[in-house]
Amino acid sequence: MFSIVNIRVGFYLALRQLRRASRWTTSLIVFVMLLTFLNLVVVTGLLVGIVAGISNQFRIQQTGDVMVTALDTKDYIENSPQILSFLETLPQPQVISARYGTSGTIEANYYSRIDLNEKPNETGASIVGIGPVVENDFSNLSKYVKEGSYLSENDYDTVLLGPQFVDRYSFGEQPGLTPLKNVYPGTKIRLTINGNTREVIVKGILDVPANSPLAARVFMPISEVRQLMGRTDYAVNEIAILLKPGTDGVAFRDLLKRSGVGDKAKVQTFEEGIPNGVAEVQNTFAMIGNAIGSIGLAVAAITIFIVIFINAITRRKFIGILKGIGISGETIIVAPLDGTLVRIMLIVLTTLIAGYLPSRMIVRKNTLDSILGRN
Amino acid sequence: MIEVKNLVKSFKDGPIETRVLKGIDFTAKAGEFIAIMGRSGAGKSTLLYQMSLLDEPTSGEIRINGKEAHLMSEHEKMSFRLKEFGYVFQDYALLPELTAIENVALPLLMQGLSKNEAENKAKMALERVGVGSRLNNLPSQLSGGEQQRVSVSRAIAHKPSILFADEPTANLDRESSSRVMEIFKELHGAGQTIIMVTHEDEYSRFADRIVTLDDGRIISEKFNK
Repeated sequence: MFSIVNIRVGFYLALRQLRRASRWTTSLIVFVMLLTFLNLVVVTGLLVGIVAGISNQFRIQQTGDVMVTALDTKDYIENSPQILSFLETLPQPQVISARYGTSGTIEANYYSRIDLNEKPNETGASIVGIGPVVENDFSNLSKYVKEGSYLSENDYDTVLLGPQFVDRYSFGEQPGLTPLKNVYPGTKIRLTINGNTREVIVKGILDVPANSPLAARVFMPISEVRQLMGRTDYAVNEIAILLKPGTDGVAFRDLLKRSGVGDKAKVQTFEEGIPNGVAEVQNTFAMIGNAIGSIGLAVAAITIFIVIFINAITRRKFIGILKGIGISGETIIVAPLDGTLVRIMLIVLTTLIAGYLPSRMIVRKNTLDSILGRN
Repeated sequence: MIEVKNLVKSFKDGPIETRVLKGIDFTAKAGEFIAIMGRSGAGKSTLLYQMSLLDEPTSGEIRINGKEAHLMSEHEKMSFRLKEFGYVFQDYALLPELTAIENVALPLLMQGLSKNEAENKAKMALERVGVGSRLNNLPSQLSGGEQQRVSVSRAIAHKPSILFADEPTANLDRESSSRVMEIFKELHGAGQTIIMVTHEDEYSRFADRIVTLDDGRIISEKFNK
């Protein structure tokens, strides 16, 4: 039985052994345990952090806590004005950003293209209509403007470009997405939506990482996009809702579903609303994290087992002496554990599992054989 | 105090069984100083280990202070060794990372004494055997004779019923050996029961009784005047 005396004497032994052991040996053990700890905690933590970071990026830059989007059978959210009015009456939302969204193309350098057989410098793009003030309250979009300036409510014929569309900021070509050359704030580009083409001025260029939902989007004020889309009924494509701190997203989603919003649109929490590709990345990272964590745990257990096993083997004679003079087996088991505890408090559990077994094996050996060093 | 009846100890090495003790009957009374002698391989150390509960006999009975030691659990034996016995080994058996005072204090701490109490008692025991000036030295900083005296201090600090010594002078020079034996003589004079294995006639004269073993059997018992 482990008693107070066992633990007290165990610590007495462990502290003195540590203090007077070879500094090189102790340093090596600490170093090995540190690497094991890093492998176990930091690598797994990094992966978990990356997954959490991606999720959070989508939450604060695109979906909010709850996202209302069009039903799968519709191109837009039915009864959008009524839904927005209803949302405005609720106390939970902090910011509500209604957006128009469509696909289109943007083309640069068309004025200098002399040979019509030459491939135009154009690319497909996701065009998003936003209320500049509301969107800035929602995602702090103006913070990401690297060149030029942010949109204002009264802007017309102006756009903000995500970095993926500008060759000097682009993260490389993707299928259907060719970065534009020589594009700066003030540069005119040609925007085409539903066959309607308009020449617009680049007002600003964003600087966000490749995995940001803002990276491959073109932003315009709502009224401009509505005109180009030819939409006259104020039906929006997505409503992102940022809730007040402490509000439960699931409960708010359920509230919207119960109140009839769910009949007209898809209502999802941000976890549900994250695009499939991102969710797959998250799942992959989580799987890798689990795999590395499991391997790390096994490696940690084996490492500590080896360290303590070698320690126990080399100290067999002294373990025998301790047993011979009446020091209990539990104390002898506690002593190397205490030493390990002092070295690295953070891997107590692994140490306990891996350290107990070899110590126990040695302690169970015949006392006299241990003292005399017999097999 | 100790009564051994028909004690047998065998060692097995595969199919080969070697019988080292072949039915020993032996008694030691309180306050006696007994020297167990014999040539190498006679079984004297093996007998000491069985009596001092460091090893399990193959068969036979051991009674210590009326208790049937051969029937005790390992935990009971450990407790018995801690409280009732003191050990002095040929190679001193000190823990290398502990100073002299810490080596002696360790069993006392295990008995539940506070650190201060244990170290005070340890200091007294070390002073008694003449190494009071080497309290904070590690074993590697002590001579063989000093190490053995620290070992004796550890064995007597808790005032055991019986002090077992296995060839305590075998690794020591003449001067150190004499010093250790003088300490044993003084302890015996104060009433300490001592059972010592030795192959040196010179030191057996300190004992009250000399028990001689040969081929696993007691072949003679002689009382010193």
